[in-house]
Amino acid sequence: MIKLKAPEEIEIMRAASIIVAEVLAELKGMVRPGITTDDLDRVAEDLTRKKGAVPAFKGYEVANRVFPASLCASINDEVVHGIPSVSRVLREGDIIGLDFGVRYRGFYGDAAVTVAVGAVSAEATELMQTTREALEAGIEEARPGRRIGDVSAAIQAHAERRNFAVVRDFVGHGIGRRLHEEPQVPNFGQADRGIRLRKGMVLAIEPMLNAGGPEVHVKDDGWTAVTSDGSLSAHFEHSVAIVENGPYVLSLL
Amino acid sequence: MSMPMPKIEAISASGTVQESLPNATFRVALDNGHKVLAHASGALRMHYIKIIPGDKVMVELSPFDLSRGQITTRTK
Repeated sequence: MIKLKAPEEIEIMRAASIIVAEVLAELKGMVRPGITTDDLDRVAEDLTRKKGAVPAFKGYEVANRVFPASLCASINDEVVHGIPSVSRVLREGDIIGLDFGVRYRGFYGDAAVTVAVGAVSAEATELMQTTREALEAGIEEARPGRRIGDVSAAIQAHAERRNFAVVRDFVGHGIGRRLHEEPQVPNFGQADRGIRLRKGMVLAIEPMLNAGGPEVHVKDDGWTAVTSDGSLSAHFEHSVAIVENGPYVLSLL
Repeated sequence: MSMPMPKIEAISASGTVQESLPNATFRVALDNGHKVLAHASGALRMHYIKIIPGDKVMVELSPFDLSRGQITTRTK
């Protein structure tokens, strides 16, 4: 069942999502060669607690596995759910996906960006740009009367126009009093299919695009998803409320 | 944080063939009382395994439409 949110609840989720966006902005400013993903994770957690919120991912359980950190930091061929570590040092030319969420006054906020470490290849730049645009294309469809499939198809069409592959094994989700709620929000699919979007739904829309093939697998740590062909991957995400006159991007500063 | 896409798997059930229909289709009464339309699988047809009314069969139901399925084996 999909829980619709009242306008007051959406405003609390807006506050939660702003904290997420502020933390991500801070982390983006820190990204440079020599820094570790653990440095980013610690700053993310400290800043979140200073703002009176709780990191959402630390201790979060998916399929009987507990995520050990506050931040998902996924470098280059890592698609999503990279575990921060003192031994993962950023190098010039890397791209890093930063996925972060908090719980605040009983509600969740969730967002992600991918950023360049110093100067990166033309391919990496185009991949990141296209993923961001694909997210925007998906958000554009998130309005009352459209269907989930319209969001999915818009994302897929934009990605494939630039010859990038959409990851199938992970999907976006509803969000609210829980981090993962119904419905699922795939980044591929057919327009005019799936459930109809209604005022009060809040979706975490999150395209994951690969420079090579769409296949991914999860590493032995049980979390880190990597592209099976070793190609680069990028990930952008916003928490988006569906309101009367269209999409309300909660995690936009 | 993205969610793993749940795998959608076919559901297996046993039943009895009631009626033979055109195009290698059969009406099968499942042991749970439901009646479904089921095709004979390609493997059954390749090995010329005949299915006639009264046969006990295993049916894989489509997760998308539980009134349709595929006969995977004849169990007798």
